[in-house]
Amino acid sequence: MAATVLSALRRRFGQGIEETGSYAGDEIAIVARDQVVEVLTWLRDDAQMAFDMLTDLTVVDYLGQTPRFEVVYQLYSLTHKHRVRVKVHVGEAEDDCWVPSVCGLWLAANWAEREAWDLYGVRFEGHPDMRRILMYDEFVGHPLRKDYPQNARQPLLRRPDATPTDDQTTRLLEDSHDRRTSG
Amino acid sequence: MADHPGYVPTKLQDAINWAQKYSLFTYPFATACCAMEFMATMAGKYDIARFGAEFPRFSPRQADLLLVVGTITERQGPVLRRVYDQMADPKWVMAFGVCASTGGFYQNYTVMPGADQVIPVDVYVPGCPPRPEQVLDGLMTLQRKIQDHRGHSQREIGNTAAVTPTDRRRLPIIPDGTSMTLDEDERMPKDGRVL
Repeated sequence: MAATVLSALRRRFGQGIEETGSYAGDEIAIVARDQVVEVLTWLRDDAQMAFDMLTDLTVVDYLGQTPRFEVVYQLYSLTHKHRVRVKVHVGEAEDDCWVPSVCGLWLAANWAEREAWDLYGVRFEGHPDMRRILMYDEFVGHPLRKDYPQNARQPLLRRPDATPTDDQTTRLLEDSHDRRTSG
Repeated sequence: MADHPGYVPTKLQDAINWAQKYSLFTYPFATACCAMEFMATMAGKYDIARFGAEFPRFSPRQADLLLVVGTITERQGPVLRRVYDQMADPKWVMAFGVCASTGGFYQNYTVMPGADQVIPVDVYVPGCPPRPEQVLDGLMTLQRKIQDHRGHSQREIGNTAAVTPTDRRRLPIIPDGTSMTLDEDERMPKDGRVL
């Protein structure tokens, strides 16, 4: 069943589908960013596809590779009981680190995209409410990025006599994140 | 004094401490799996009621023992402080489990390394989670501390028998109508949003 999803995708979108493959029985399609909304809309609305459920939306950080990030959409069809995984490559640079929002396709994408933005710093253009969801507004940086300093702490509140935050981690944090979030 | 058999000679402060240590009203600030062990401690087999601490009050204004049961995240810091500040003096705090004591095995961007980063703690109960016996031992340690007038708020107040309501900490009122006790310089960063 799922292999027919991939071949149908290739037939319909041709060059828009950068790569297809499968891993451990899961069918995977890598899609160009400028086509992703079109592809996902078709996957949702076509009667043979009918992927009416966005199971999950997440990001993977492949630090050191180019492009660095991969946005992953896990889709499931309650009608046909089949699944597909759609991936989009996203670069590290500020003007490249974004994908179009799919909140208009599945309402479930709203919080998932906010979480992905909060923890990985990938922007979702067109999202109706793009702000942090797990971390607090005062938080600097995106903590699930692989280059986020492991021991850095950003306390929201401390007693005056509390053990001070380690200077070294504070410096690490400033070095690696002030640049990126200053914009 | 010995020729007056009709009364027990004691200091009023000792009598008050004796009464308070056997009538602790607890506020369980339960955030994680330690809460299951807290329930076991509450229930019949271990029966924390034997120590006079049987009655959880789910309002900090009616409680005098704050049990920090479970992991505290940085984001919860202002909430925990606010709960603590709403309790009337004298008050005591028990860190229940390693997460509340030190952050436990979490060492990452989001977990606070111990509740004592934002509020004073009187008794630390280790364990992940602690066995009910450990909790009861911690409670008895706290009771000794109360009797000896060594609790953090007892030391702060001094003679609790002489305290009048107007001496107690007054909660500043912020414009949104809620009482908020965080001073501006306690918040990081200073332009932070009021939670």
